Amino acid sequence: MATQRINTNSEIHPMENLLRMDRMPHIWCPTCGIGLAVTAFASALEKANIDPNNVSIVSGIGCTGRVAGYVKVDSFHTTHGRPIAFATGIKVASPKTKVVVFSGDGDLIAIGGNHFIHAARRNIDMLVVCVNNFIYAMTGGQVAPTTPLAAYATTSPYGCVEPPFNIPYLADSSGAVYVARYTALHIRRLTNALTEALNKKGFSVVEVISPCGMYYSRINRLGDGLEMMKFYHDNVEIRHGEDTKNLEIGFQTKIICGKFVDRERPSYMERYNQWLSEVRDSGKRPKGKKGA
Amino acid sequence: MKSDKTGVLTGSHILSGNEACAEGALAAGCRFLGLYPIMPSLEVSQRFLQRAPEVGATFIQMEDEVSALAAVLGASWTGKKSMTVTSGPGFSLMMEHLGLGVMLETPCVIVEVQMVGPGLGLPTHPAQADVMQSRWGSHGDYEIIAYAPSSAQEMFDFTIKAFNLSERYRVPVALMSDAHIAQLKESVVIPSADQIHIEPRRYFDGPRDSYLPFKRDKDFVPRMVDIGQGYRFHVTGLTHDDRGYPIMFEECQEYNVHPLVKKIRDYVDEIVDIQETKTDDAEVVIISYGSSSRAALKAVEQARAKGMKIGSLKLNTVWPFPDARVSELAEQVKAFVVPEMNFGQIVQEVERNTYGKANVLFLHHGDNGVEYTDDILAAAEKASLMTETKCGIIEWKKGST
Repeated sequence: MATQRINTNSEIHPMENLLRMDRMPHIWCPTCGIGLAVTAFASALEKANIDPNNVSIVSGIGCTGRVAGYVKVDSFHTTHGRPIAFATGIKVASPKTKVVVFSGDGDLIAIGGNHFIHAARRNIDMLVVCVNNFIYAMTGGQVAPTTPLAAYATTSPYGCVEPPFNIPYLADSSGAVYVARYTALHIRRLTNALTEALNKKGFSVVEVISPCGMYYSRINRLGDGLEMMKFYHDNVEIRHGEDTKNLEIGFQTKIICGKFVDRERPSYMERYNQWLSEVRDSGKRPKGKKGA
Repeated sequence: MKSDKTGVLTGSHILSGNEACAEGALAAGCRFLGLYPIMPSLEVSQRFLQRAPEVGATFIQMEDEVSALAAVLGASWTGKKSMTVTSGPGFSLMMEHLGLGVMLETPCVIVEVQMVGPGLGLPTHPAQADVMQSRWGSHGDYEIIAYAPSSAQEMFDFTIKAFNLSERYRVPVALMSDAHIAQLKESVVIPSADQIHIEPRRYFDGPRDSYLPFKRDKDFVPRMVDIGQGYRFHVTGLTHDDRGYPIMFEECQEYNVHPLVKKIRDYVDEIVDIQETKTDDAEVVIISYGSSSRAALKAVEQARAKGMKIGSLKLNTVWPFPDARVSELAEQVKAFVVPEMNFGQIVQEVERNTYGKANVLFLHHGDNGVEYTDDILAAAEKASLMTETKCGIIEWKKGST
């Protein structure tokens, strides 16, 4: 199969059907892991057997915010931090659509943190792919809500003094039904997790740890992309089902990856439709001040 | 409460302005409401939500006004006519997505029930102090359409018009109500569905691979598609080309953003909605909008009974501003009187259009516009007696002679 798909003579990219080849080359720097996350996502879309015509992808602002522009489905590049809110509107207005939010840690967890926790609480049926590179890269390497304690950034020149968010724990405690984390090195496991999450009903979060060769690793003297990948190789421990409380990432400490949460909870639309049919069948009267 | 299958509650009703707004939205075909609670806009959402199951509309109460308008923009791209409802501080939070809505050319309606600001202001007291914000509140260059209803009936009518223009020009349209009109209960006549003009969304129906989301028609308005139809389009809030791809050059800024302005400016004559009363022979014209115009019209009635040549120009749309008509009237009249529930906003537009040819009297009035007929009348009387034309805005103070 592989030889059939990768045909170098005709110069057709194996993911031509799912990527906007007319936009290549993309804007991401050498050593960046976002491209790998996109590759994993595109493979997952194929593996999950989802009709791309029925997928809407929404991104915010930042390096990962550019993902929507490269994936050939209905795609929206929206405001900073708000892709989940925008995507919520799509999902509620068109429940049959498969909705994916693809954005970065700063976008989703700092400025978009409120939307993240509320969408998880409501259990809006969407997949959120959060690429975490520990820094605001597009704006010049500022400290992020995920920057490990003591790590340097352009706005933490003496080392970061704020403890970082543990994204899987935040997602878990807010009500997400599927939570996994892999690095950009774990492309096969990541693809499998994304495939599983795409078919999961409810709010699913997949965190992708990505190297940032231009800012995070440069200012912290962590070496080039290959060295970052080697670090992941040597320091990642796969622990499925690990309590999300234990998933904090310190500066150059061990990174625990795996699938941590996979549970069932009625999604927002399931509850909404149940309420709707009750109203319609029973002629239930609205509560509150009489409208007419 | 039973409407026809299109959601139109035909008949004569006693409704508050807010309730009439919700009925107008449903009659216009709005089927998605994204909201965040704020007074005095409650009854718009409440009425919409109570009626939602019957007409097949969906809604969601979001975590803030930022996300409420974001959700509305997302919902609009599914093909559902969408709106949000807010008031002062919430409107400030919506400025971010007002700009995104303009850039993505996404039809939607924002109902703004104005209250006293700035900051936390005097919650739920009526004001008209957000009209400039509706025009200039988001960053960057853009044009917007805004209605200013002055009665419950107009809340119904203008909500429908707002949806129609929003679809026609692919721009967010603001309905600048105020707490007074919102709570006022009046008779509202809702016509049958076939008597209501509904502007359909203009869709692209060509082959899937030939769709360009921002390729403009002659009138600068691009055709739309819904998600899920297989067009697999991309739109971005960045400056973009016809394909919706970001292009980071000054030439593209001109190519992309200039039409956003032109698609409104070049069609001002079609958009502007003004109502003139006895302006033909008027020496003084009162220019007003929203609840202030109720007092203004009463003042005209009383002035005419006294034999004074006073007329009224009521702005049904505050944006775009009727520049041409106001400058034309400036040649004819001695003065304009502009009563507003703010410290001078639309009066600046009036003054800008007089070119020093007529006096402009500004009348600030407090939070109950309809009680200010006497003041407006006194200001108009004073204006009609002025012998020389002064440049700039003359502030009229209550009791001054």
